[in-house]
Amino acid sequence: MLMSIKDLTRRYAGQNRDVLRGASFDLARGESVALTGDSGSGKSTVLHLLAALDRPDRGQILFEGTDISNLSDAAASELRRGRIALVFQQYNLVPALNVAENISLHARLGRRFDPAWTETLVRHLGLSGLLTRYPEQISGGQQQRVAIARSLAVRPDLLLADEPTGNLDETASAEVLRLMLDLVSRSGSALFLVTHSPQIAARCDRHLHLSGGQVRSAAP
Amino acid sequence: MTASRSLGALILAVLMLPGLWSGAQGQGYANLGSDAAGFAVPDPGRQLQFPADHGAHPDFRVEWWYLTANLRTEAGADLGVQWTLFRSALAPNDAEGWKNPQIWMGHAAVTTATSHSYAERLGRGGIGQAGVLTDPFLAWIDDWSLTSSDDTLDDLAVTARGPGFSYDLALQQQGPLIFHGDDGYSVKSEDGQASYYYSQPSYRVTGTVTLPRGPLAVTGEAWLDREWSSQPLAPDQSGWDWFSLRFDSGEKAMGFVLRGDRGDFTSGSWIAADGTLSPLAPGEFIATPRVWSEVAGRDIPTGWQVEIPARGVSVNVAALNPEAWMGTSFSYWEGPVTVIGSHQGTGYLEMTGYGDERSSNPSDRK
Amino acid sequence: MIHVLGTMFRHWRRAPLQLVLLIAGLALATALWSAVQAINAEARASYGRAVERLGTGGMAALTSPEGAIALQTYVRLRRVGWQLSPVLEGTWAQGGRSVTLLGVDVLSYPGAPAMVTAAEADGSLGPLGVLTTPGVMFAHPETQAALAGLDQEAFRILPLPDLPPNLVLSDISVVEGLLNRPGQLSRILILPDQPEGLPALSVLAPRLQRSSTDDGPLGDPGRLTRSFHLNLTAFGFLSFGVGLFIVQGSITLGIEQRRGTIRTLRCLGVAMSGLMAALLLELIVLALVAGGLGLVVGYSLAGLLLPDVSATLRGLYGAPVDGTLSLRLSWVVSGLGMALAGTLLAGLQALLSLRRMGRHLSQASYATARLNRTHIWIWCLSGAGLISLGAVVLQVGSGLLAGFVFLGGLMLGSAVLLLPVLTLLLQGMRRMARSPAFQWLTADSQLQLPGLSLSLMALLLAVATNVGVGTMVSSFRMTFVDWIDQRLVADVFVEVETDAQAQAVMRWAKANDARSLPQSYSDTRLNSAPLRIYGVVDDPLSRRDWPLVRGAPDAWDQLHSAGAVFVNEQLAHRDGLQPGDRMTLGPDWSAPIAAVYSDYGNPDGQIIMSLPALRAHVPAPIVRRIGLVPTEATHPGDLGQGLARDLGISATAIRDKDMIKSLSIAVFDRTFVVTGALNILTLAVAGFAMLTSFLSQWSRRLPQLAPVWAMGVSRARLAGLELLRSLGFAVLTFACALPLGLGLAWALLNVINLEAFGWRLPMYLFPAEWVRLFLLTCLAAGLAAVVPVLRLLRLSPARLLEVFSNDRL
Repeated sequence: MLMSIKDLTRRYAGQNRDVLRGASFDLARGESVALTGDSGSGKSTVLHLLAALDRPDRGQILFEGTDISNLSDAAASELRRGRIALVFQQYNLVPALNVAENISLHARLGRRFDPAWTETLVRHLGLSGLLTRYPEQISGGQQQRVAIARSLAVRPDLLLADEPTGNLDETASAEVLRLMLDLVSRSGSALFLVTHSPQIAARCDRHLHLSGGQVRSAAP
Repeated sequence: MTASRSLGALILAVLMLPGLWSGAQGQGYANLGSDAAGFAVPDPGRQLQFPADHGAHPDFRVEWWYLTANLRTEAGADLGVQWTLFRSALAPNDAEGWKNPQIWMGHAAVTTATSHSYAERLGRGGIGQAGVLTDPFLAWIDDWSLTSSDDTLDDLAVTARGPGFSYDLALQQQGPLIFHGDDGYSVKSEDGQASYYYSQPSYRVTGTVTLPRGPLAVTGEAWLDREWSSQPLAPDQSGWDWFSLRFDSGEKAMGFVLRGDRGDFTSGSWIAADGTLSPLAPGEFIATPRVWSEVAGRDIPTGWQVEIPARGVSVNVAALNPEAWMGTSFSYWEGPVTVIGSHQGTGYLEMTGYGDERSSNPSDRK
Repeated sequence: MIHVLGTMFRHWRRAPLQLVLLIAGLALATALWSAVQAINAEARASYGRAVERLGTGGMAALTSPEGAIALQTYVRLRRVGWQLSPVLEGTWAQGGRSVTLLGVDVLSYPGAPAMVTAAEADGSLGPLGVLTTPGVMFAHPETQAALAGLDQEAFRILPLPDLPPNLVLSDISVVEGLLNRPGQLSRILILPDQPEGLPALSVLAPRLQRSSTDDGPLGDPGRLTRSFHLNLTAFGFLSFGVGLFIVQGSITLGIEQRRGTIRTLRCLGVAMSGLMAALLLELIVLALVAGGLGLVVGYSLAGLLLPDVSATLRGLYGAPVDGTLSLRLSWVVSGLGMALAGTLLAGLQALLSLRRMGRHLSQASYATARLNRTHIWIWCLSGAGLISLGAVVLQVGSGLLAGFVFLGGLMLGSAVLLLPVLTLLLQGMRRMARSPAFQWLTADSQLQLPGLSLSLMALLLAVATNVGVGTMVSSFRMTFVDWIDQRLVADVFVEVETDAQAQAVMRWAKANDARSLPQSYSDTRLNSAPLRIYGVVDDPLSRRDWPLVRGAPDAWDQLHSAGAVFVNEQLAHRDGLQPGDRMTLGPDWSAPIAAVYSDYGNPDGQIIMSLPALRAHVPAPIVRRIGLVPTEATHPGDLGQGLARDLGISATAIRDKDMIKSLSIAVFDRTFVVTGALNILTLAVAGFAMLTSFLSQWSRRLPQLAPVWAMGVSRARLAGLELLRSLGFAVLTFACALPLGLGLAWALLNVINLEAFGWRLPMYLFPAEWVRLFLLTCLAAGLAAVVPVLRLLRLSPARLLEVFSNDRL
């Protein structure tokens, strides 16, 4: 098992209810999993916990058998530099860097930069003509593809995505999702994505639903 | 360098070193007893008058009251004491107050085999800070003094102090004053430069010398030199080596070598045990440096062979302490010596003109 | 690390204006600080050189309460063994100019080598020229030039740049003749090395007083000028502090704008420690670049200001300062160090906020730190605490340092209090606001307050300093102009060189129906400090005009008929004298004090008494200046011409009242040129600080502006409100700064001046100045708001819309 999530509980300071209450699920290599849920149900929290950006109040997150729920900042950062990558709804590109630099940034930080693989990604994601542009000079869909390219360039074991197609129109969204699923299966990693969209969830191998702070398998 | 030191050095360099005022040289005789600047020059015919000549001669450029003593402590240690009052005149007059052109300089030192302490005082004439009176005799600068209870130099008291030393000595003469050269007219070069020069070579001394480790009762003998002139050296002369030697036989000798480019000029006096003086003609007194020591960055001859063939003297003269350097405004070597050879005894040696550093050492004469 | 640093740095390429602001702010702060330091260092080095080569600073001296010491006393002490050096000092009027003559014994004077060297440098003189007749004198080249009219044969004056102006140094044999004081000494310096076992001086010469330092003209000039430099340093530090607010704003802005990038980098696996290290490194690089730039600017600034400063120091204290600047390594190092320390201090908050941001990486972190009641209390208490601490130090301690601690407490405490005061004001305004837009504005302003607080504090300090220092200088100037009018009782003043000449002038005046007011004086010492006693004749003009600070109404009668004296203010302050006290002037000489009078610009003690009373103790007081009052019918100019014609007195020796007055005021104005320049610069720096704070708020403000915009407030309207907000803050800050500035002025006039110079000054208010300053403040605030306002006007609706889609993580 790539990742085992056990009994996660999280409450934010100043709030009087638990966002998560004993959420548990597993992720296997090569599989794509979608998580749906209402606004404020704690989807992003789950994502942040899986990325070791946040720590649970209780519970375990076993990544290849190791608990990553309580890592030091340095260890968590180490994990994010190579093994776990994130794609956000709002792309999170570095505005000061151009497209090519943004794509290679993550891989360079993790010392995993592979020019040939990056080149492949750029071609597959249709970014070849945009490499010298700056983030604000390209469209939202293009920015999202840059963000995906950046995450995949590190060949992560786990790709986490938060509404990766949220800002895209239907065609673009379908295309981006196809690419992600394709590339994940081709590189043998796992995809965990958070979405509102039942259509998108339906295209993944598994569909989980978050409500009342707990994760359940949704009806297929 | 302190203020007084650099200024004093300048004044003394001008007044005492030859060459710098050579313009005034040689005109003395043509100018009826005075040089170009109006200073008097020694007159071979003049008879010295006392007590007046114990006092200052402001119309001459330079003058000194120079006392050296070879002493011994109760424990038997040898030591030497120096007390000197120099006078140099910027102009030949003795006005009252600050306008007075006479500059006074005192040097005092105590030299043991292992230590040499000295001090210097500078003062202006005319205000009472320094000077010489004759009746009773008193020579002083600041709190240093050489005093007599009457107008003679027969019984003197001398006192001085400086960093690390002080002394208080009583002196009693044991013989008459002696007059060097021709009744006190002492020729200093073949060109005729001369000075008035007389001495009291035989004082018996008792008193106290205080060194950092405490006061020491001392006894011994002292030699007082009186000399004044307006033309101490010829232009080519760079310095002198002066000896006062006291032999166990009761005889004494004074001799000096004036080192010049044209050859050395030597002169001296032989004093028999009864006090009678015979002048030593040029060449009769022979002093040859034998031992050189590095003192204050210079090569200084601190061991000499002294010969007076006519008197059967052939002795080795060695410094009690080779480090007896007087690092005063006008620096020179001055210290007690011991004598062995054909005669035994003690004495004092003064050496000037050995340059400010080794490179300008005029010792190339040997 | 390289990638992180590179990525962080790439930001500045996209925000060059901000980079310029940050570097300019830091450079400006460093420049002001280092300029002041350079000026101080240069002055100190000049004193050091002078003291080392000529002075006798730190050397104790013997003085006599009678003023003069007999030469015999010196000789007597010498003959006991004391190593001493005699000094004779006096005023020498020559060619219509009066200089201080300093006579020394070149054989014992510690500064003699410089005299010998200068004499040798002349070429025509040997080293013995200093000792041989007719003697040679030394003066600062300026003074030498001013005395060029003297007979070159009799008075040979050589240049010696280490000397202070208006001082002529020579051998004592020359000086005693010129001053006609044979056998007298002014003081006796005690040389550093003394033989052991000497009897004590207090036993040998019980009537002489021993002062710990030589306070003669070649004693340490630092003694007199210390307060001036302290003032300058305080000003430099204030400027630096204000400058740091800019830096703080810029750094905060730099981090704020890179929030997104930082968060992304965190998500990409950059550890917090790495980010912090990168940011720290960035700060260091920026500090070094800006510090270096600041040093260049500071150096030129110092070069620009130094001539004025040295003119001031020479004019006011006679202290020798070169007008040229030299580069010192210590100055470069301390300037860069200051820039570095300042940057790190200013960046501290940014670094801490970054840490916080890292910890709550996943949280929605736009929650603006809203001031709650507890915070306000803490701020209030710390502010009040700082002010009272200063007040306590002032009460308990004394001296200039206590005064500055008080000022520091007052300024800092008030700055801290600004935040709660503004919060309360805004709360009140919000409650009273009717229009919803205004209500939003006040609410929004309250929210912005913490972010703006530092730059507003900078503005407060700058405005208060301007008000305070401006009030002090203007009050001083008004007082000074009045005072000089009063002190210049007569219409024409004649400088005389000899007593015979003085007599001739007074006879001539009598013959020409003019009243003469001779200024007879005698120099002595009181409590080991110099004291000048003036003897005055009874004249209605003096009675009417002489500037008394306190005293009985019949003070003049007491002076002329009861033997009372008036003391100058600085002496009264120093020795704690009051009218009604009795003061001892000599062994059998004491007099009641009838009044205290103001005597600005004079570092020493002074008293006046009736001329007969002075003559009773000093048979022949010195007269070097005589005031003449013509009859109503005579024009003062005619009087001067008559004097020149009949007595052959040179025209330069005759000065009329207006001329002296304008000269004195010119000196005064030059003194405060530097202060004025620093004042304006500080205000500029504060305006700059506001600009950077507004800019740093800009990125955070978009989400707050967008909803208002969406609700139908146009961008132009928003821009107008933005400008209004900026001006509003400026107005409120100014309102707080004005009383603070007046408090500062009060402290400067009554505490600092009193401690530094010994005189207290009345405070005048200058509302016109306040209006000007208010407008300047508004201008600064308006200019600071221009960039955000322009951005707002040119903002595309799309950017505002993005807020709605983006405002989540």
